[in-house]
Amino acid sequence: MHELSIAQEILGIVNQYVPEPTENYVKCVKVKVGKMSNILIDSLAFCFEAIIYNTPLMGAKLEIIEIPISINCNLCNTTSEIEPPVFACPECGSNQIKIIAGTDLRVDEIEINDDIKEKA
Amino acid sequence: MSVITVERKVLEKNDLVAEENRKAFKENKTFTLNLVSSPGSGKTSLLERTAHLSKERFNIGVIEGDVQTNLDAKRVDEYGVPVVQIITNGSCHLDAPLVRNAYNKFEDKEFDVLFIENVGNLVCPAAYDLGEDQKVVIVSTTEGDDKPLKYPAMFRNASVLVINKTDLVPYVNCSLDALRNNALSINPELKVFETSCTTDRGIDEWCNWLESQILK
Repeated sequence: MHELSIAQEILGIVNQYVPEPTENYVKCVKVKVGKMSNILIDSLAFCFEAIIYNTPLMGAKLEIIEIPISINCNLCNTTSEIEPPVFACPECGSNQIKIIAGTDLRVDEIEINDDIKEKA
Repeated sequence: MSVITVERKVLEKNDLVAEENRKAFKENKTFTLNLVSSPGSGKTSLLERTAHLSKERFNIGVIEGDVQTNLDAKRVDEYGVPVVQIITNGSCHLDAPLVRNAYNKFEDKEFDVLFIENVGNLVCPAAYDLGEDQKVVIVSTTEGDDKPLKYPAMFRNASVLVINKTDLVPYVNCSLDALRNNALSINPELKVFETSCTTDRGIDEWCNWLESQILK
């Protein structure tokens, strides 16, 4: 349950790009969450909503895109998606695999409402 | 509507400090391990036995992470090991800045091996790089042999597995083979130790391995 810490880090990054938001200025924050990052998406969305409550960012949506775990097989050299707890190549069954996606936790972009000025 | 492109890691602040920690450990020629497990698996007991059996061989230091109390630091201190306690007051994991501040509290940083005992939790500590050389996941036989399957990220991120409380196998519903194989199915690169802090089984092998990893 470290979603609150993660939500605070996301808010910190948003504040760097939009230091003085007015109401409804920030529409949406898009984040990518890898399936290996141990994040419960609903909980992260709830924590973000909770920490922007009654602040000028209130109403900004946290759009969370979940990234599946992709692997490259060292044996048959194919790239596939896997579903934990099975960590093996779905093509040949080898467990000599390299995870190439699905571990990241990133803020991708911030959507802003141009009709509203950042500073009042 | 317009879009501000960000494309930054959420934990970049933590990762930056973790890199600084890694550099400091390396400069001081200290091999650093991040010990992760569920509560009660025997992390502190393993440190006590390690302190006892490695005394003449190499110097160790310990950073203890707990939600509350300095009980673990007191246990390690009994062995004359330099120890700094971090109390997280509820937070479920250690992060790199907490470790940096704790490390700076040691008067003398001449350790061959530094152990960072994380908060007992098999979920959140997996996400936070502390600057360690390797993560050691400890699982005890009383937790059952299916633990690796339930917490795969932690077992995937670790490079060493210690299976502890092996002396209790006759009394609990846990197969050492199944536990080992479940862990290796998630991470075939894991180096595995089987230990008991009551009988000292496997502690010598563990200490030999630690000694072989010393950086000077």
